[in-house]
Amino acid sequence: MNEFAHLLDRLAYEPRRNAKLRMLQDYFTRTPDPERGYALGAMTGTLSFREAKPALIRGLVEERIDPVLFRLSHNYVGDLAETTALIWPTTPLPPSPAEGGGDARVGIGHNNPPPHVPTLAEVVETLATIPKRELPRHLAEWLDALDETGRWALLKLVTGNLRVGVSARLAKTAVGALGGHDADAVEEVWHGLTPPFETLFAWVEGRAERPETLNPAPFRPPMLSHPIEEETDLDRLEPEAFSAEWKWDGIRVQLVGGRDRAGVQVGKVYSRTGEDITGAFPDLAEAITFTGTLDGELLILRERRVQSFNVLQQRLNRKAVTGKLLDEFPAHVRAYDLLTLDGDDLRADPFVERREKLEALVTRLDHARVDISPLVPFADWEALAAARADPASVGAGDDAEAIEGIMLKRRNSPYLPGRPKGPWWKWKREPHVVDAVMMYAQRGHGKRSSFYSDYTFGVWREAPEGGDELVPVGKAYHGFTDAELAKLDRYVRNNTTKRFGPVREVAHGQEAGLVLEIAFEGVQRSTRHKSGVAMRFPRVSRIRWDKPPAEADRIDVLERILARGEREIAPGAALLETDA
Amino acid sequence: MPIRASDLLTLTREGLYCPLGGFHVDPTWPVERALITHGHADHARSGHRHVLATPETLRIMAVRYGADFCDHRQEAPLGEAIRIGEVTVRFAPAGHVLGSAQIAIEREGARVVVSGDYKRAPDPTCLPFEVVPCDVFITEATFGLPVFTHPDTRGEVRKLLDSVRLFPERAHIVGAYALGKAQRVMALLREEGWDRPIHLHGAMEKLTALYKEEGVPLGDTPKVVAAERKDLHGAIVICPPSSIQDLWSRKFPDPVTCFASGWMRVRARARQKGVELPMVISDHSDWPDLCRTIRETGAEEVWVTHGQEDALVHWCGTQGIRAKPLHLLGYGDDGEAEPASTEPGPEKEAVA
Repeated sequence: MNEFAHLLDRLAYEPRRNAKLRMLQDYFTRTPDPERGYALGAMTGTLSFREAKPALIRGLVEERIDPVLFRLSHNYVGDLAETTALIWPTTPLPPSPAEGGGDARVGIGHNNPPPHVPTLAEVVETLATIPKRELPRHLAEWLDALDETGRWALLKLVTGNLRVGVSARLAKTAVGALGGHDADAVEEVWHGLTPPFETLFAWVEGRAERPETLNPAPFRPPMLSHPIEEETDLDRLEPEAFSAEWKWDGIRVQLVGGRDRAGVQVGKVYSRTGEDITGAFPDLAEAITFTGTLDGELLILRERRVQSFNVLQQRLNRKAVTGKLLDEFPAHVRAYDLLTLDGDDLRADPFVERREKLEALVTRLDHARVDISPLVPFADWEALAAARADPASVGAGDDAEAIEGIMLKRRNSPYLPGRPKGPWWKWKREPHVVDAVMMYAQRGHGKRSSFYSDYTFGVWREAPEGGDELVPVGKAYHGFTDAELAKLDRYVRNNTTKRFGPVREVAHGQEAGLVLEIAFEGVQRSTRHKSGVAMRFPRVSRIRWDKPPAEADRIDVLERILARGEREIAPGAALLETDA
Repeated sequence: MPIRASDLLTLTREGLYCPLGGFHVDPTWPVERALITHGHADHARSGHRHVLATPETLRIMAVRYGADFCDHRQEAPLGEAIRIGEVTVRFAPAGHVLGSAQIAIEREGARVVVSGDYKRAPDPTCLPFEVVPCDVFITEATFGLPVFTHPDTRGEVRKLLDSVRLFPERAHIVGAYALGKAQRVMALLREEGWDRPIHLHGAMEKLTALYKEEGVPLGDTPKVVAAERKDLHGAIVICPPSSIQDLWSRKFPDPVTCFASGWMRVRARARQKGVELPMVISDHSDWPDLCRTIRETGAEEVWVTHGQEDALVHWCGTQGIRAKPLHLLGYGDDGEAEPASTEPGPEKEAVA
């Protein structure tokens, strides 16, 4: 347990992905089964046991420590698990509880043997089996035996608050790397496995066969695309080798159907990372009456019209799936690929063949919630560029607003998990841009921690008291090179007007100020911003050292973009406008 | 009427004052006559007329403030009784940094001990703390909460060496206060077998040279040359805490930000400073040692100068010891002061 705790401790402070990966691999290599498997379980959220309530932990501490000292300490540290870990007396029950943590240092001798330090495996297996009333006793014994970091990790684990900045995906990547497998290979077998994952480790270390997945509807890692560079890539590609589809502004999902051993149909909806989101989409799950794996885009359709991402987000952000929600935000899948069908793996087949089978399947399903992503006809790249600029002109019709570009797929390409370079390209529509004025700057994190790299920017509007004022509309922290960052950082330091903790106010007005050209994907209503609008994916596209701040854009620019997207939020209003 | 120990010291605007001896201890303003416990800037200020301190502390002050930091100076050898006015003073080692001392003030069998900053944990760069029995013990409480139990320093240094092993291509930048902490970290690294050079920020250089002159072996400690920073793969570099987030440190190869301080015990503190490898190494007493020391002095009364005084005063109460906080301002500036803001002081790129 102490080893695992020290790993978590290091991970918690490490901002870099590659460094985290190295620490994880180092741990998995050095740690035996089943300990490392339970560690993997803890990091992927696949352990299940009875959790301890904060009140129980507070009670255990107050049996040992003067409550006044504990309260002062808790106020200071601010975290119950951490305070407890630090204050826990290193020897069981000191003579006077007023002594405080660790004050009574009693030597360990043969009459006072060192306590047994539990392994993570022991902790997890015990927690899973003991009755509730025995929890305090076990917990106290473990806390006595562990070191400070061990106590912290144990308390985070048993209270269900183990957040260490490692995604399940990263942990799987580290496991796969033990045997030269990528995360996708681990993902393929993952859904049939449970902690402590001994068969998984045996396989990646080359000691056993690949584990058979028992899940009748397993997730398969998706194929991803690369953004296309118009100047360099297009010239090298021959148009006749590619199919084109619209790139929909929804979320990538996988619908998987199969039959379990009892012959009962099972339908699953997975996110692109393999998260099982079936529970949130019962309206889609009921459409999975087939045996196979279908790749597509989750969209909200009303009156057969694709709604904007704003609308989709209103469904995604809900915890409870109510009937009202299902009625107001009906989920659909626009299918674009087929990975398996009736037990056959189609991934090695060329795209055109998979596409034929997909069309046949969607037709056979005949379900209102599943349709096919239409192909966009084009003769050459110029024609496709025109379609991309104006999707409505080539039959996208009312859905044009929900299209964020073009997908190009090589007609003879197999379905390759991951992001292979060459077979799939995305060609996004031009982003919106606005010229805004830098108003505040904040230090970044990790590598950029000494630089002012997060910028809040604003645009002009009429001030209530007359005249013009800048109102903040968003925050951007990328889109510039390291060299540009150094210049921006210097600018912030030399033009600071006020400081609020880590934030600096930067000179901004008609005369003084720096104009940033901000690129973004869309605008949403926002109650959090004073301006009432918020941008999607804002980033700095150019630094306009040359432009006087008085010439930056006005809020009207954003209001107009918002007005275009917003028609879709209220279905009634949308219909009225389209009819007009 | 016999003298009471508590009559030996009073509190003035400048800090602790002994009326019978006509001197201040660690005054925060310039005074006529000052007794100095140790060389940290919050305790040892320049501009006093007369200064009495250990020889090492006087040399440290001369390095920091220049040879003319006061008009008259006098060396106080450890353990020697010195008569000042109507009192006798005696300096005893405090274990805090090189030259650090407690100051015992006596008259007619009554004794007050001003401990300054002190620690009980072993430190290869200075003499260990000596318990001086007394009636009134004046203590700090920088880490005066039972959550502060400083771990074995060897484990903390090994954390650094493990990280160097795991990331041999990256530079490890260790923030440490220039007086005491920096040299202690160097000495600990040597004890754990690190025999490669330990690279120093320019601000570390003079005091480190002084430690070496005083006979503390620290090995090869070259000063970082600005233009060579990018080549220091796998190096251990020690710099002042304010430089770990500075542009200065970003020029090293993929730097790992480390910080040696007792505050690193609390995760939120480490995160606020953007530290990736916290090393819990403190030159102050932890909670168990504060409690132990108070008991061992046999003091009937405890005054707490600065730090987390509430908890320590409460604890004294549970032990039947009278205690009061002094709320002394101006102390706790030695890099282990509670970080008041996340904004470091000097913003300019420090000169290496």
